[in-house]
Amino acid sequence: MAEGPVPVLEVKGLRTVFRTRGGEIHAVNDVSFHLNRGELLGVVGESGSGKSVTMMSLIKLLPMPPAELRGGEVLLNGQDLLKTTPEELRAVRGAKVGFVFQDPMTSLNPVFTVGSQIMEPLREHMGMTKDQAAARAVELLELVGIPDARKRLKSYPHQFSGGMRQRVMIAIALACNPDVLIADEPTTALDVTIQAQILELVKELRQKLGMAIIWITHDLGVIAGIADRVMVMYGGQVVEQAPVGELFANPQHPYTRALLQTIPKISGAREARLKVIEGQPPILNAPLTACPFRARCEYRHDACDRENPARRAVDGRQIGYGHDVACHWRAPASQEVAHA
Amino acid sequence: MLTFTLRRLLLAIPTLLLISLVIFLLVDLAPGSPASEIPLTVPPEVREKILEALGVNEPVHIRYLLWLKQFFWVEPLNGFDAVFGTNYAEGMQRIISYQSRSPVFPIIGERLPQTLTVIGTAYLVGVLIALPIGIYSAYRQYSLFDQAGTLFAMIGFSVPTFFTGTLFIIIFAVWLGWFPTKYNTTLEVVDWETFLAQLRQMAMPVMVLGLANAAAISRYMRSSMLENMGQDYVRTARAKGMPERTVVLKHVLRNSLIPVVTVIALGIPTIFGGAIITENLFGVNGIGAALIQAIRGNDLPMVQTLAFIFAILIVVFNLIADLIYGMLDPRIRYD
Repeated sequence: MAEGPVPVLEVKGLRTVFRTRGGEIHAVNDVSFHLNRGELLGVVGESGSGKSVTMMSLIKLLPMPPAELRGGEVLLNGQDLLKTTPEELRAVRGAKVGFVFQDPMTSLNPVFTVGSQIMEPLREHMGMTKDQAAARAVELLELVGIPDARKRLKSYPHQFSGGMRQRVMIAIALACNPDVLIADEPTTALDVTIQAQILELVKELRQKLGMAIIWITHDLGVIAGIADRVMVMYGGQVVEQAPVGELFANPQHPYTRALLQTIPKISGAREARLKVIEGQPPILNAPLTACPFRARCEYRHDACDRENPARRAVDGRQIGYGHDVACHWRAPASQEVAHA
Repeated sequence: MLTFTLRRLLLAIPTLLLISLVIFLLVDLAPGSPASEIPLTVPPEVREKILEALGVNEPVHIRYLLWLKQFFWVEPLNGFDAVFGTNYAEGMQRIISYQSRSPVFPIIGERLPQTLTVIGTAYLVGVLIALPIGIYSAYRQYSLFDQAGTLFAMIGFSVPTFFTGTLFIIIFAVWLGWFPTKYNTTLEVVDWETFLAQLRQMAMPVMVLGLANAAAISRYMRSSMLENMGQDYVRTARAKGMPERTVVLKHVLRNSLIPVVTVIALGIPTIFGGAIITENLFGVNGIGAALIQAIRGNDLPMVQTLAFIFAILIVVFNLIADLIYGMLDPRIRYD
């Protein structure tokens, strides 16, 4: 049995492939994780590591074909979303799972007013009348900090700035009080001051509404500031998972350690301030039979070429609930690399 | 939007003046003379008098200015007189057809209804067929339906109307006997019986032209839908849990229609231009047929006037297309 409280979302052995002309791309490989009520899970990894595809697979938001879900379970409050009918799944999307996407400039429909786009899920899922939905939409816009909300309902997306549009997206995602909010790099397209505002907003909303959040990002600084737990992905699989403090203090996977070192420093010799991870992420055109990180890994040895490492517990607790890592190499105990 | 419209209308004036000059000169400089219609048995001095009466001997700039005055002043005044029973235009020289020796505009007025009913209906039918085909083809890209739609469009594009027209005549008129081969211009719709007869005689030209129109518009619709189908906001709509119907017919369609409506609006002037081949094939006595007749008979005023009317229509519908564009797309503002 799982440790701790019953999770609101539990994903087991998820696999997603893309069928293309050149063969299959194994984008998500046996990903398992869970999300507790009110928890914020940070998902980190570089472009192409499978973070977004994993999360979109949960509610089948990927275009199918070419995407295909090859197995696994996605249990939302005990209901397996991969086995639902399209109609049942539709009742989950927007109602129990809210999604905020990366680019607020293109994620809103340009030809409809912001108000009508917020009201749509309210009328669809909550059966509200037009007036009820409008009243709720005003509430939501005020909740996400848009001034003069009643007037702004009639504005079009192009009349908002990027940060304001992302607030609107958050309002849409929150409209039906979802159990889970999935934010897919919601601050990546915004400039730094707006990023900070959006982060503050999410922290505040989380306290007010208490929903569970999955926050996808490649910015470790953001993760350190808001996450409870962190999951690091590489090559379409989970390579390390730990509570946020533990991950920063005691990173186990060479990729996590390298990621932490890529945070630029302002002290020291100029050449040493910005470290990079050399090489390219793997092309996932075949099932993984070796460690996907081996080509870029400084600790590579024979086992890495023979076998894709399974996740193993670092602290003796159940995998997924404590600190675990998928690596053949064992890091020397308690080495401070995070802020050397 | 009003200031934009006014500005555009003002800008249209020099454009149209230039077009009118080009049309007038092109037609005027073309080989052939109105005298060629006069039989050779007519003595030369009489022939000379006829040409003088037609005003052909005046220098070209005088004839151009006279034509402009007639087009923009005399003819509208005549129209005004005809509607209100006044006689402001009395004694003013109208644009006269060389062939029939009667004013050009009443002839156009006689021909236009045939053209508008047949070609206009064909255009409407074409649009109504094309939109659903385009939408569904895009939604189910590469499906059997999409392949069939592509084939249909390919046929509509590549098979000329004189071929499909003849084919339809053989199948539906000769073999099946459903429709008459010739369009009866004198038929007047007075009761149910004549209405059905009118529908029957319109069916074939409408099908022939509708096919050709639908082919082009369905392709535009399809590509515009495909372009929008992959947009981020479509994913957002799905993530909100909207039914596929709403996603496609509201979110995607509304965006996809913007360019398509423009194409449709810009195609409307061609209705007035008639369809020369189809009108000839089915004996529809419309504008297209009138234009061909006028060209054959060196009827310069008729050709010039028709060509200029088409030019005006194109300019006007360009403006209308722009205005519709602004109404459909909130990002575009004209002020």
